Amino acid sequence: MRADLEIIEKWIQPNSHVLDLGCGDGTLLDYLQRERQATGFGLEINPEHITTCMGRGVCVIEQDMDEQGLGNFENQSFDVVLMTQALQAVRRPDVVLDEMLRLGRECIVTFPNFAYWRLRWYLMRNGRMPESETLPYKWYNTPNIHLCTFNDFEALCYRKNIKIKNRTVVDGEHRYRWFNRLWPNMLGQIAIYRITR
Amino acid sequence: MAPAFKLLRWPALYLLYPAGITQEQFAPMPDSLPPDSVGLVTPRTLHFSEPLPLACGQSLPEYDLVIETYGELNAEASNAVLICHALSGHHHAAGFHEMSDRKPGWWDSCIGPGKPIDTNHFYVVSLNNLGGCHGSTGPTSTNPATGKCYGPDFPVITVKDWVSSQAALADRLGIQCWAAVVGGSLGGMQALQWSLTFPDRLRHAVVIASTPRLTAQNIAFNEVARQAITSDPEFYEGRYQEHNATPRHGLTLARMVGHITYLSDASMGEKFGRDMREQAYKFGYDAEFQVESYLRYQGERFSESFDANTYLLMTKALDYFDPAYDADNNLAAALSQAQCEFLVLSFSTDWRFTPARSEELVKAMIAARRKVSYAEIDAPWGHDAFLIPTPRYIDAFSAYMKRVAREVGA
Repeated sequence: MRADLEIIEKWIQPNSHVLDLGCGDGTLLDYLQRERQATGFGLEINPEHITTCMGRGVCVIEQDMDEQGLGNFENQSFDVVLMTQALQAVRRPDVVLDEMLRLGRECIVTFPNFAYWRLRWYLMRNGRMPESETLPYKWYNTPNIHLCTFNDFEALCYRKNIKIKNRTVVDGEHRYRWFNRLWPNMLGQIAIYRITR
Repeated sequence: MAPAFKLLRWPALYLLYPAGITQEQFAPMPDSLPPDSVGLVTPRTLHFSEPLPLACGQSLPEYDLVIETYGELNAEASNAVLICHALSGHHHAAGFHEMSDRKPGWWDSCIGPGKPIDTNHFYVVSLNNLGGCHGSTGPTSTNPATGKCYGPDFPVITVKDWVSSQAALADRLGIQCWAAVVGGSLGGMQALQWSLTFPDRLRHAVVIASTPRLTAQNIAFNEVARQAITSDPEFYEGRYQEHNATPRHGLTLARMVGHITYLSDASMGEKFGRDMREQAYKFGYDAEFQVESYLRYQGERFSESFDANTYLLMTKALDYFDPAYDADNNLAAALSQAQCEFLVLSFSTDWRFTPARSEELVKAMIAARRKVSYAEIDAPWGHDAFLIPTPRYIDAFSAYMKRVAREVGA
């Protein structure tokens, strides 16, 4: 179990109805179903992942939220809506956040921090778009079209009146480190936010 | 191209013929059957003497169902899978009747050892539905009240009625709960209806290339088919058997128009394009383009083996199917009684029952908080894609059914 998923799991009440946007191979939902008696659905577009979900008993819906939106889900029909490592890859992160909060009482979002000191250093030293283990793409082929910093995200939440219930900052391997918390926007690589209206 | 592959590419060909009809293009008789085939199978006829009340208000006093089974029922009777057929299908879903058969059952691509519906794990039951013309009681059967064939007096059967008769079949076979009820197109509607009529008698419903209700366009195509049949002078108000006639021309036309809706523009284009039988235009009205002679051939073959009254009945069953109707047109409310898990699959180029129709069904299932998984398979074959073993389709279907097998201890 990835460390970030363990953190997320702790924030999910037993018997919750969960929507996982970009559920991958269904690891998290499978875990939540077994350990938290959760129900719910995962959205995914990768055919291999979808097949894996079907094989392990995770309810998966093939749907591209960027193309098709989330209009097929009803208001406040989930206890928790999750999105791990995908916010930076959607066309309109602000709209997606609104949609997530329309569907769920509570949302959990994780994304990489573009203000991490190594990325800042890379840009300053090389004058080129930063690449790292977490962000291993070139500027022209990256799926991460809306990278932001923790501060950017929090500013957006403030503007949209979104309440931040919890924030946990981890490193690239999703480990908890004391120095991540010391100065998150400089030293943290991945943030896990728990938000609500 | 190997003949077997040719068959797979043209599944409509596949659906057309009951077993035993030979065609020049197929390979000569094989010495052995493929290892992933269920092998030689024999249909059997079960008689039911309990009356079956029907949605139309009438009831069938007694009836026969022709079935085939593949695989072994386990001691707990937990591994049974019901196969529901589509408009022109029948009980012969997999395997061969005789070594000399040139082709296997209509869904052999998905039923057999190691295939998605794996007969090493499941006991598979396939039947010819009531109203059919392949041995189960239908318009060509004798009406016990008159001693003559039913013909047009055979009551219109609905999807609900089929499900009731299939439940009687399950009782007879000692199956209290199906591991899964599976079907494509009209067969998918039966799987869906099972989940509503007998929620505690199935664990999974697999609904492929189907729809929760026909659109106006779907009904319009069916109406053209029906008009083609009923306007044939040989139809005699449905009593053609008494007149020793067959409305062959009408049935041919009905099948031609239906057949077009099973294929996609792209797959027809690839197969025929604008190819002509001879090079120059003849400025006449004979079949000059290959696609014309193909459709005529398919329609004529079909009209030799299918009953016109059955065709009318099947199209009506399609038109009437609408589980939301009983719940104030609220499909989610209708689905809230279902208890099983659902797998819904659609195909990208299916314009008969488009992916949007499947998505409408999935949306209602989500709203009703039913367990559902959905995938839209990219395949160029139109509606017929559900019969063709496209790798992604087979992978997803297999993964799901393997999990079903694990769950029921098969």
